[in-house]
Amino acid sequence: MPRLYAIILIVTLLGVSLLSLANGAMAIAWSDVLSIVSAELGLGQDPAINRGQQGVLMSIRFPRTLLAILVGGGLSVAGALMQGLFRNPLADPGLLGVSSGAALGAALIIVLGASLGLSGVWVLPVAAFVGAVVSTVCVMQLSSVGSKTVVANMLLAGIAINAIAGAGTGFLVYLADDDQLRDLTFWTLGSFGGASWSDVRLGLVLIALPTAIALMLSRSLNVMLLGESAAYMLGVHIQRLKQIIVVLVCVVVGCSVALSGMIGFVGLVVPHLCRLIFGPDNRKVVPSSLLLGATLLLGADLVSRLVIIPAELPIGIVTSIIGGPFFLALLSTNRKKGLW
Amino acid sequence: MKRFAFMFIGFSFACTNPAPEPDAKPTSQPDKQAAKPAADPSPQKLVTLGGNITETVFALGHGAKVVGVDLSSLYPPEAAQLAKVGYYRQVSAEGIISLAPDLVIASASSGPADVLKKVTDVGIQLESIPATKTLDGAKARIAAIAKILGAEAKGQDLIESMDEQIKAVEPGKTVKKVLFIYARGAGSLNVAGTKSAPDEMIRLAGGVNAVQGYEGYKPINSESIVAAAPDVILMTTRGLKSVGGPEAVAKLKGVDLTPAAKSKAIIAVDDLLLLGFGPRTGEAVTDLAQKLSSLASEPAKR
Repeated sequence: MPRLYAIILIVTLLGVSLLSLANGAMAIAWSDVLSIVSAELGLGQDPAINRGQQGVLMSIRFPRTLLAILVGGGLSVAGALMQGLFRNPLADPGLLGVSSGAALGAALIIVLGASLGLSGVWVLPVAAFVGAVVSTVCVMQLSSVGSKTVVANMLLAGIAINAIAGAGTGFLVYLADDDQLRDLTFWTLGSFGGASWSDVRLGLVLIALPTAIALMLSRSLNVMLLGESAAYMLGVHIQRLKQIIVVLVCVVVGCSVALSGMIGFVGLVVPHLCRLIFGPDNRKVVPSSLLLGATLLLGADLVSRLVIIPAELPIGIVTSIIGGPFFLALLSTNRKKGLW
Repeated sequence: MKRFAFMFIGFSFACTNPAPEPDAKPTSQPDKQAAKPAADPSPQKLVTLGGNITETVFALGHGAKVVGVDLSSLYPPEAAQLAKVGYYRQVSAEGIISLAPDLVIASASSGPADVLKKVTDVGIQLESIPATKTLDGAKARIAAIAKILGAEAKGQDLIESMDEQIKAVEPGKTVKKVLFIYARGAGSLNVAGTKSAPDEMIRLAGGVNAVQGYEGYKPINSESIVAAAPDVILMTTRGLKSVGGPEAVAKLKGVDLTPAAKSKAIIAVDDLLLLGFGPRTGEAVTDLAQKLSSLASEPAKR
């Protein structure tokens, strides 16, 4: 990625992060933000600090800003990996059954959790993550012939696993009462409203770390563009690369979905946007997806909590309603050049 | 639907006023409203989560203290004018905190739990009220909220008048089989089984639920509606409207073959009144009982 673009993307991300910290239902002036942060860092106490503002900033806005960055970057890089693996710009992590498996896990807890005696803040995320891992393992097992994973089989197995998980979720929807149904609907639209510091810590391990590893795969993904056999000839260990990609995508997306619910569109569209801007070179697409994805999701979260103050819009609605038209506009400018 | 309508209002609002200062004013001044000690004996600013909770607070005469409600708080009309912090199962922590209440009275089914925890973390007191949708639940709810607000006497009055209203319901000569349909448009019909809010209301009004085979709400097929053979179809006002009025309901597949459709016994009661189990439960039972007994005078043509 050209250095200039990298700087622009990083500066934008930092700018949006600052906006995200200083805006919300509660009015907190920039100077108060500064004095609260410096007090937290132990750089002098300001006696005029309002405890309500301090609580909002430190236990609500900081965690949700950081989590939005982690999830946005993670989902976008996962999308870029999937598109590289399938050599298809329409591929997204949903093909591995990650999201539908997570949804089934979440629905199980929302609908049956109380009667199974499972409660607690961590039960739902853990169930969603387990659901994501189980369905990905199923897809991987089903698509392997001998010791080789066939990408075309992966697509078909993914469709089947998605259908089965969807049926399970559908049955749970049928069993659900009114309140549970609402919870399920809200969950599928995603939210960072409940983000906490422990979510951020978990995200650092299960989202940031695998995403960092993914950044190192860009060159191999470029070689994959030539086709599997050509890549093999050029010394890429195809089978191992596939396995690494699937594991990374599964962990990153599973953890993102577990912590923030389903947030559609980002994983599919951000890498696409980057490809439209920077061209097909994955050494540019993957890192720029990280930065752009983080910025866009953070911006969407900011919008979601500013439009209907003091209530909040589910973030999935915002990502789609802003991302959709924006993406269409970009596509149509390219169509004029004869590229779609 | 309501949620989406609200969303669009939200968007137009955002275009004209992206930084709504007035809402957040009270806390931007260096007062220590949100930092008050948790055990405040007489809370002055309330946020109420849950339609029946809000209604009860207003019925107890403390409505003027309410600064924010959830999206399901539609009655009384002055409550519907207040700031909305989201649907009660998906509230916004910062939204609640920005209103600087000293007490949040929340239905036990409010959430998400991690969001509510953030509210209590900044020192705002939160009282959770059981959400049981039965007559006993309604009375317990009034008593609990009255105690929190120090309005026990008024609460006792509300409970007694509710009991009197329900006692005054005269059982009809014949017990009617009532089928409750919860509708959101003709394509989405759910029928209430046992252990549901309508089941309890039908029983209190002297009728019997036509469906006994399952608990809660389920989409039901046309054949089962015919087999249940209800004498009366009960709906909510909004539900009836969404299908297109009593004539349209009488023509629905399955419903058209029931005694209720033949005698045009299709009645509706306001949503929150019928299903809320708030302070107007007595009124709701009387209303429903009257509607049921007025149908008795029209003989069913079989």
